[in-house]
Amino acid sequence: MNQEPIIEVKGLQKNFGAFTAVKDVSFTVNKGDVFGFLGPNGAGKSTTMRCMLSLIKPNAGQINIFGKNLFEARNEILAQVGSIVEKPDFYKYLSARKNLEIFARISGADVSQQTIFETLDFVGLTGREKDKVGGFSHGMRQRLGIAQTLLHQPELIILDEPTTGLDPQGIIEVRDLILRLKNEQNKTVILSSHQLAEIEHVANRMVIINKGQTIIEGSVSELMNAQETLLSIELLQRANEALHLLQQQFSNIKGEVISPKTLELNVERNLIPAINSALVNGGFAVVALEPKRTLEDFFIQMTQN
Amino acid sequence: MLWKNTYNEFIKILAKPRSYIGLAALTLLILIILFAMKADGRMYISFVTASFEQTLSFNGNILNGNLIAFIVLQMLIVHIPLLVALVTGDLLSGEAAMGTLRMLLTKPISRSQVVISKLIAAAVYTLILVVWMGFLALIVGRWMFGTGDLIVLNSDGLVILNYADVLWRYGLAFAVAYLALMTIATLSIAFSAFADNSIGPIVSTMAVIILFTIIGSLDVSVFDHVKPWLFTTHMASWRSFFSDPVPWSAIWESVWILLGHNILFVAIAIFKFKRKDITT
Repeated sequence: MNQEPIIEVKGLQKNFGAFTAVKDVSFTVNKGDVFGFLGPNGAGKSTTMRCMLSLIKPNAGQINIFGKNLFEARNEILAQVGSIVEKPDFYKYLSARKNLEIFARISGADVSQQTIFETLDFVGLTGREKDKVGGFSHGMRQRLGIAQTLLHQPELIILDEPTTGLDPQGIIEVRDLILRLKNEQNKTVILSSHQLAEIEHVANRMVIINKGQTIIEGSVSELMNAQETLLSIELLQRANEALHLLQQQFSNIKGEVISPKTLELNVERNLIPAINSALVNGGFAVVALEPKRTLEDFFIQMTQN
Repeated sequence: MLWKNTYNEFIKILAKPRSYIGLAALTLLILIILFAMKADGRMYISFVTASFEQTLSFNGNILNGNLIAFIVLQMLIVHIPLLVALVTGDLLSGEAAMGTLRMLLTKPISRSQVVISKLIAAAVYTLILVVWMGFLALIVGRWMFGTGDLIVLNSDGLVILNYADVLWRYGLAFAVAYLALMTIATLSIAFSAFADNSIGPIVSTMAVIILFTIIGSLDVSVFDHVKPWLFTTHMASWRSFFSDPVPWSAIWESVWILLGHNILFVAIAIFKFKRKDITT
């Protein structure tokens, strides 16, 4: 992975009167990342996103995008950014194509009619280009929103809660679109969400914020692996002996036998392959290994602490 | 980028149903006035001229297109500000309410350019309203009622203007009326920069017009120093073109005060909008 930083946010702070929405948020997004921006409702995600798009002026802190200060080179930076903040809203009395033409015209790039049709096709809205957006479902508007972010071929795409209000099928479609943006178009994507599975499925790096402050930042897999998970092990028999073997081979391992065929261990995720090997080499027939703690548990643990 | 966004603004105004409410209402009002004058105009005129008939004799076509245009302007200049504010008061705040302002301001266009492009669109829309009013009042009025000398009742008495001496007065009167309506447009845009809903700026604009008009009409000395500076005092200055001689200095004073208000309101709109946090 290329480590060239695209976004550097340092010590961001934003007050609305006496209320501090963002206290101290810092993170770095590298080129090619699908970067998860995670936090519970009211953590300051949307305010941070809005600051990154110059919709809100922070009280303190610095935002550099493409190596330039956002508030000094706003237009130059925004010409290379596509974004959806909260939910994509369009002119309901205009067609999908007319809406895209309006946003394309002020995108800072020459966007041809062919590009508009290709982008509509990319998000699966071919055939609906002449329909008024007022008649679109939430999912269709979300896809049109993503089309709007792509029109001018931006390097960076910022999506604030892009799956909010979508049905499961819609969530899968948007998730698939994000992965295609990374894989087919090599875009850098920032994705904020409180739907943790979304981040887990698509992001390679993430930051967790809570109460307006950065809690932790890093690679999703490293953060996941560094955490203890509850591992449920199902064997054909002799769970008691299996636990004894594992406690001999792995120091400080904690666990308990749930039934003659099942035991549960508190282990770091990166130990799971070794545990599996130890059991197989010890002559145990392993039916299933199931990590029960996910990013969701990790997230709750982090934000509650 | 300014002209591209101005073009976008025209597309939006053209596509919005509310843009046609003003034109439709204006057309309907003028047609009603024309119909009423055609049906019962003689009685209306005799009511006005009755007090002069002992000393003056009126001959020829008094109820002509020139007089009809004057009556239309007189009647509608009070109502047209609402039709203007209905569209212009919605330009910024309507986008905030719809959520499209958020989308718009994440594009590489400065906030000043957004305000100015909306101002240009508002100016063109207001111009269309005034030109349409002029067409219906003067052209259709002349077609229906013919032409003739214009008799106007002023505070100084009756003014009789030769029919050949009327058109230029109408041209300039409509220009000053346009400037007055642009003051309404810029005021509503300034209110629009503060609000996040469509109705607030429209109601606020009308409230200011009503308040200033009441202050202007109150014969109380405490307001004497304020009245000359209220834009509402100068909104009817178009009437001065139908005086003889034309009071040019008073008209220029009105023009400068209206222009000053326009500049002030645009400056307020830009100042506020540039600093506004977009939270909708």
